[in-house]
Amino acid sequence: MSEFIQYTLQGLAAGGFYALSALGLAVIFGVLGVVNFSHGACYMLGAVLSAVLLAELNVGFWAALVIVPILMFGFGVLMERLLVRWLLELDPLYNFLLTFGLTLVIVEAVKQRYGVSGLPYQVPAGLGGQVSVGSVNLSVYAIFACLFSVVVCVAVGLLLTKTRIGMIVRAATEAPDRTRALGINVGLWVTPVFGFGIALAGLAGVLAAPTRAITAEMGSNFIIILFAVVVIGGLGSILGAVVAGFLVGLVEAYGIAYAPTYAQIVIFVLMALVVLVRPSGLFGREEVA
Amino acid sequence: MRSRTVQGSVAIAATASLALAACGGAGGPQSGGSSKLTDNKVVIGLLNDQSGVYKDLSGPNSKVAIEMAIEDYKAKYGDKAVAKDIEVVTADHQNKADIANSKAQEMYDRQKADIILDVPNSAAALAVATQAKNKKKLYINIGAGTTALTGASCNKYTFHWAYNTAVLARGTAGTITKEGGKTWNIVYPDYAFGQDMNKSFTAEITKNGGTVGQSIASPFPSDNFATFITKAGEGNPDVVGSMHAGGDLINFVKQFNQSSLKGKVQLAVGLMFITDIHSLGVDQFAGTQFTDAWYWNFDAQNKKWADRFKEKTNTRPSFAHAANYSAAMNYLEAVQEAGTDDADAIVGKLEGKKIDDVFLRNGEIRKADHAVIHDVYLAKVKSSAPEEWDYEDIQKTIPAAEAYGEANPACSMS
Repeated sequence: MSEFIQYTLQGLAAGGFYALSALGLAVIFGVLGVVNFSHGACYMLGAVLSAVLLAELNVGFWAALVIVPILMFGFGVLMERLLVRWLLELDPLYNFLLTFGLTLVIVEAVKQRYGVSGLPYQVPAGLGGQVSVGSVNLSVYAIFACLFSVVVCVAVGLLLTKTRIGMIVRAATEAPDRTRALGINVGLWVTPVFGFGIALAGLAGVLAAPTRAITAEMGSNFIIILFAVVVIGGLGSILGAVVAGFLVGLVEAYGIAYAPTYAQIVIFVLMALVVLVRPSGLFGREEVA
Repeated sequence: MRSRTVQGSVAIAATASLALAACGGAGGPQSGGSSKLTDNKVVIGLLNDQSGVYKDLSGPNSKVAIEMAIEDYKAKYGDKAVAKDIEVVTADHQNKADIANSKAQEMYDRQKADIILDVPNSAAALAVATQAKNKKKLYINIGAGTTALTGASCNKYTFHWAYNTAVLARGTAGTITKEGGKTWNIVYPDYAFGQDMNKSFTAEITKNGGTVGQSIASPFPSDNFATFITKAGEGNPDVVGSMHAGGDLINFVKQFNQSSLKGKVQLAVGLMFITDIHSLGVDQFAGTQFTDAWYWNFDAQNKKWADRFKEKTNTRPSFAHAANYSAAMNYLEAVQEAGTDDADAIVGKLEGKKIDDVFLRNGEIRKADHAVIHDVYLAKVKSSAPEEWDYEDIQKTIPAAEAYGEANPACSMS
């Protein structure tokens, strides 16, 4: 039984992190309808930036949690103004290809500058060690990362549903023309929302830095899991991304524990089942063509 | 009609013999001086990863190591040196077998390389071995781990200088098991390299009286090892073995350090290089045991060579740098002894040669499979570095015969 609890907790800890990482992807799709393939690369940039800030400017983990998302917000704004914006009117496939190309450029640029063997990063002071209850153990950092992710997810959820800004952004996506008719500058909101999504990817990267290998390729595999998360949750649904994040974390942990041979495919089996039963995902809206 | 064919054949044969005679003349001693070298010079080709994951391990600094060998050779023989003009040519194989293959061809044919050195990455290494065999030119591999170089793919012109995966298994699994780490759980990445490592480690552990409770395959690549590590801790093993490499290894070690196994269970790593420790920081790997082919701060002789290397590169040498030096030096010695750079003559001088130099201790170029056997070392990563690059405590010297075992029966030289 204690083993089951152990795996469940590990699954939840991983799930919280998946939820936060997928959140930005969901926000950008929900508001702009852009499938941002470069989300994994932005996640990687977040981790690389925190390692570089630490090594070159001695900026620690806590400061990086604030500084890196701000820098990534700026990067997202540039990306939207210079590139993504021009393709918004076209088929979503164009922006998907654009962001795919951007991913290649970003990854290769990081390889050129920082090499391939990885950058060092330590667990911040005070978050090392484990918490043990009986035979169940969890690292302090994993608990912190999970709780931090949940707080950010809830805050973003509240921002979008309970505030005037959130209301405008949601209205702008539901019915852009009618929102314009009410005297709201819809175009004005697109750029910050995109930047916000990219900032969330960067934040996930900072959170990953102490426990994962910081290499140029770290996002290339991760983005696949994130796509599974948002597809299961329903493209564009914030709540969906969070629930699906935890679901994927749990399924992955149970898979490794009880059917290690199939650990790699259980997530995608889950995705296939969800899409089969609910094509728009667990919390997705059925789009009327 | 028939007589015409015969005439034609005669003409072809005659031309061919003339051509052969001309070629022989060009390379032969009658071309003037006392030198019996092709093109009157020795060309050493360095083919390795100049930009990717193995760049730090060998890369451009291997050229420096080879130039140090040339320097020493010239200083040793002075006017009596057979090879007065020695050139080093380099190429980047980008860890791709097809590029390694065409670069090797270009080196042997166009750049007139007499020997190719290094070639990390097993697939690239095997591609170059085939070129060496077909072109009957020398090839000393250093950076790759595959046992196929001295097994199924072995050939007369290919030598394997520094290490192989079987040595890693004997060194790490064998030694730790013998010294009391009897129960193991292994986590390995689920692809050819990981499966091989798992097999050879399991074999070594059981041979030495240990048991492997679980061998757990992890997807490749993977970045969430928390649950794998929990599973690997089940049954309270003495040792957890990670067979991962590169980014996966870093993920595994980082997450192992944050788990409850840290400090309770010994972590052993299948394949690790000093450059991995350098890029991650010594504290991340503290206490990890692994097999090293050579360590720069092992003794005064190594240290002296490493100091010289540092003057030129501003960094400390990996085992691959020292092995490149050793291979180039012994090749030049063989040229000196044979008085020619003819590949067959050199092979004759190298086979069976016993060597003690800065890299090879109790070394021998084994005739049967061309494995260059030598003492290797069981290393433990220090908890902090007294100086940059000073990361390893050498716990045990593993004698050459024990580390390399019997010659690979899969190898047939003919």
